[in-house]
Amino acid sequence: MNYFKQDLASLHADLVAKKISSKELTQATFDNIKATDPKIDAFLALNEEAALDQATKIDAAGIKDDQPLAGIPVAIKDNIVTKDLTTTAASKILANFKPVYDATATEKLAAAQMVTVGKTNLDEFAMGGSTETSAFKQTKNAWDQTKVPGGSSGGSAAAVASGQVVAALGTDTGGSIRQPASFNGVVGMKPTYGRVSRWGLIAFGSSLDQIGPLTRGVKDNATILSAIAGHDDHDLTSSTQAVPNFAGDLNDAASVKGLRIGLPKEFLAEGVDDDVKNAILAAADTYRKLGATVDEVSLPHNKYGVAAYYIIASSEASSNLQRFDGIRYGYRAQDVKNLEDVYVKSRSEGFGDEVKRRIMLGTFSLSAGFYDAYFLKAAKVRTVIINDFKAVLKDHDFIMGPVAPTPAFDLGAEIQDPITMYMNDILTIPVNLAGLPGLSLPAGFSNNLPVGMQLIGRPFDESTLYKAGYVFEQNTDFHLQVPTLGGQN
Amino acid sequence: MNFETTIGLEVHIELKTNSKIFSPSPVAYGADPNANTNVIDWGYPGVLPTTNKGVVADGIIAALALHATVEQHTHFDRKNYFYPDNPKAYQITQSDKPIGHDGWVEVDVDGVKKKIGISEMHIEEDAGKNTHERDYSYVDLNRQGTPLIEIVSKPDIASPAEAYAYLEALRQRIQFTGISDVKMEEGSMRVDVNISVRPVGQEKFGTKTELKNLNSFNYVQRGLEYEEKRQQQVLMSGGAVQQETRRFDEKTGETILMRVKAGADDYRYFPEPDLPALNISDDWIKELGDAMPEMPTKRRERYVNDLGLTDYDAMVITQTKEMSDFFDATVALKADPKMAANYLQGDVNAYLNDNHVDLQATKLTPANLAGMINLISDGTISSKMAKKVFKAITNGEEPKAFVEKHGLVQLSDPAKLQPIIDDVLQANPQSIEDFNNGKKRAVGFLVGQIMKQTHGQANPQVVNKLLMAALQQ
Amino acid sequence: MANRINRDQVQHVAGLAKLEFTDAQLDAFTPQLDDIIGLFETLSEVDTDGVEATSSVSDQLNVMREDVADDWGQSHALLKNAPDAARGFIKVPAIIDESEDN
Ligand SMILES: [Mg+2]
Ligand SMILES: [Zn+2]
Repeated sequence: MNYFKQDLASLHADLVAKKISSKELTQATFDNIKATDPKIDAFLALNEEAALDQATKIDAAGIKDDQPLAGIPVAIKDNIVTKDLTTTAASKILANFKPVYDATATEKLAAAQMVTVGKTNLDEFAMGGSTETSAFKQTKNAWDQTKVPGGSSGGSAAAVASGQVVAALGTDTGGSIRQPASFNGVVGMKPTYGRVSRWGLIAFGSSLDQIGPLTRGVKDNATILSAIAGHDDHDLTSSTQAVPNFAGDLNDAASVKGLRIGLPKEFLAEGVDDDVKNAILAAADTYRKLGATVDEVSLPHNKYGVAAYYIIASSEASSNLQRFDGIRYGYRAQDVKNLEDVYVKSRSEGFGDEVKRRIMLGTFSLSAGFYDAYFLKAAKVRTVIINDFKAVLKDHDFIMGPVAPTPAFDLGAEIQDPITMYMNDILTIPVNLAGLPGLSLPAGFSNNLPVGMQLIGRPFDESTLYKAGYVFEQNTDFHLQVPTLGGQN
Repeated sequence: MNFETTIGLEVHIELKTNSKIFSPSPVAYGADPNANTNVIDWGYPGVLPTTNKGVVADGIIAALALHATVEQHTHFDRKNYFYPDNPKAYQITQSDKPIGHDGWVEVDVDGVKKKIGISEMHIEEDAGKNTHERDYSYVDLNRQGTPLIEIVSKPDIASPAEAYAYLEALRQRIQFTGISDVKMEEGSMRVDVNISVRPVGQEKFGTKTELKNLNSFNYVQRGLEYEEKRQQQVLMSGGAVQQETRRFDEKTGETILMRVKAGADDYRYFPEPDLPALNISDDWIKELGDAMPEMPTKRRERYVNDLGLTDYDAMVITQTKEMSDFFDATVALKADPKMAANYLQGDVNAYLNDNHVDLQATKLTPANLAGMINLISDGTISSKMAKKVFKAITNGEEPKAFVEKHGLVQLSDPAKLQPIIDDVLQANPQSIEDFNNGKKRAVGFLVGQIMKQTHGQANPQVVNKLLMAALQQ
Repeated sequence: MANRINRDQVQHVAGLAKLEFTDAQLDAFTPQLDDIIGLFETLSEVDTDGVEATSSVSDQLNVMREDVADDWGQSHALLKNAPDAARGFIKVPAIIDESEDN
């Protein structure tokens, strides 16, 4: 069964009309994954038995009209905890870890009766931009298996792009939803900081992390975000802002007429591929044709985002990852003489190089004598970057630009060169620093690899981004193109 | 060489809340190991803390009780260090903006009053507990996340006796707010001290040593006294005090080197990103302040100035809020304040000590104590009879009913006593003669005889008066 | 190499982070970290005089939980997940340094 061309709404209609059952859909999903995953390695774990059980129960209870997600399979990035389903964050230190509780986001999906089919691969603890730092496997780009899928939500992006699932959850600390979405030609939303509860998201950079959906289309993305968003008593940083029905306005009446869009000159500066630049300029023309204005604007401190981000994210990470100490759960080194050995050996054997690098950078940035020059300075530069965005968004409805300077690069090309890898995030990072919503959607191709466009909005104004994304989708056909993996397509 | 001493105290006080500071797990003692723990207390991957409003309120109350300024724009910070009882390997505490700063308490050492400054006080989470056995340690996280308030003194404390008085003042004031039991023996008050000495006139502080394992105010004072002398001797013999941590040995009264401090610890503090900042309103501070009980110093002033107690009595009565409240309630029922104070310090305290109970755990009530005192004051019973009545009120009996039931009424009516006195005098002519010959002891004998005749119920004052009148006729 | 951080400092930071590196790892790591710290130092070009630091972008302020106890009943499952446990305790190899701190 091939549901590659179907979206959530059509699957829902089929389920309600009993053209298919949730069990059939779930079984087809596992069949698809088994057929295609040997090529792309998107999944770390499958939840076959429990998922089929759940689907059977959902079928038995019947799917009603007002349950738009019921019975539909979903994949979860493996740094989001799932009760009784191994959650590893792609790290050896959590290789056999079974959480005893559920993340709020997955609990909400379960309440909407989505069926969790498995856990997707990522860079270890979400630290990376290519999914190459995973301790377990190398996910490949759905369009070209010699290319990286991007990261850190590379597994989720590849799974959606390849048609294994219609939707997946990812997490984004510095671009980790948007960049893999861009590399795989799918839609990814990094919601406003506080829009989605972080309860159950294995923390990387606590002031930056957000969970968000990856889907094939904008409307599906909006539907999933409405399902997972909202204040949570478990996460005091989660916002009490009301959650709109984001998909509600995405219809023929949707328009960008009269909207003012800012296109920062820094987003098309040196280092951005010509093909990427051209795709964005073409998209700007599309928006102009549809009645929006696109102005050149400036985010003068954008280039400092990478440095500020790697200090802040690494500092927070160095503290967040101290709990992985071999004492209470996870990996404990065996050949130990005393407590110090438990700490040092468990952590040194359990963490990979990139994670160690970030822990070292963060520990250094917070340490006595360096705090003011690094952590505090970065926290101040963060304010400056926020103010840049505020200035532009005061008289612009949203900002547009590329997601990444280049399309997907070759596997192994950058993994030995951390600075080059870090600089790839230059266009996504500032959005996390400012806590703004960022939507990534297909906007072109470069040598048969997808090129993504990023729309950046005001805090809690995901609606405008979805609307602009939807209108763009209605007037282009990038999202209709799908990779050929063999098997199901 | 003359020396001056500088003492610093860091006091941790466990707050009496229902739930932990950052997790809803119950705060309770005596549970099975790890029974009162959840994923937050274990520092599980993906968990987040939630701030307990009651703890913030308690922090404000403590700040007010210690005359500190409440920091209205505050937040939490992370203090990073690895230890098995510290599950996240960071403690959520306050470093940048402690909830209170610049407070003080007044102490009285040998009649000299002095204000001792408090530099800051912050709210934070307690760690779990490690038990050490031969090759392994055992971790119990029940205590992990119990709310603490840490109170740091200014370098104003100049002697071990002042340190003792400071601790006593802190304990009392906090105890009166009701936010903690403040019991060192139960671990709800813990004290770390540091001490340095320097020659008089030297501007720079001397090198300080830290003392650990101090389980009572007495040990604090004794440990400091020992350490003060030891440091003086080191300096006098031309040596240098090392920066080190020492342990107080309760048996020998000496301090013993635990470890030399290599360098400053590096806790890598930074603002806790998981918890929103706090903006404490004037209204909230006022509301908490208005609801706060009268502090012990105020009560002592009232007891001395309005009720005529001695300073000493007032001090003893204000040891705990329960005692002071009990006293106030007893006096409110028209009991003589001096007698009420005497009973509380004497019989009541003895009873509490003998039975190892707190006042509020007994059946004693202000109404019954006042009832008994009033029976003594109006002459219904003698203080000797009152011994029996006191025993009865510790069992919750109503004093008047008890006295009536057991016929403990004192015989004070002269009309009833006079015939008995006359009889006794008639039966003892020798005693009258002795009295007339100046032997005052005869009076005692006669009183004894009268008491015997009345089965001890005669009012001694009335008897004395009537007897003397008869003898001097 | 600009020497913003040297081998000894890297060792010191590793000690704080409870990580250990072989000599070969140190040789590779030190210049890498040094380069990245060089990138960090570009922040000194930004004038931040009088600028407040941002430590959170949450729109929430003053959010607190009422002081109500709630036992989530997880202690059994938590102990089961521990690498080593005995008599309800988490069991760890002996602690050498006795420095409790809070
Ligand atoms: Mg302290
Ligand atoms: Zn403390």
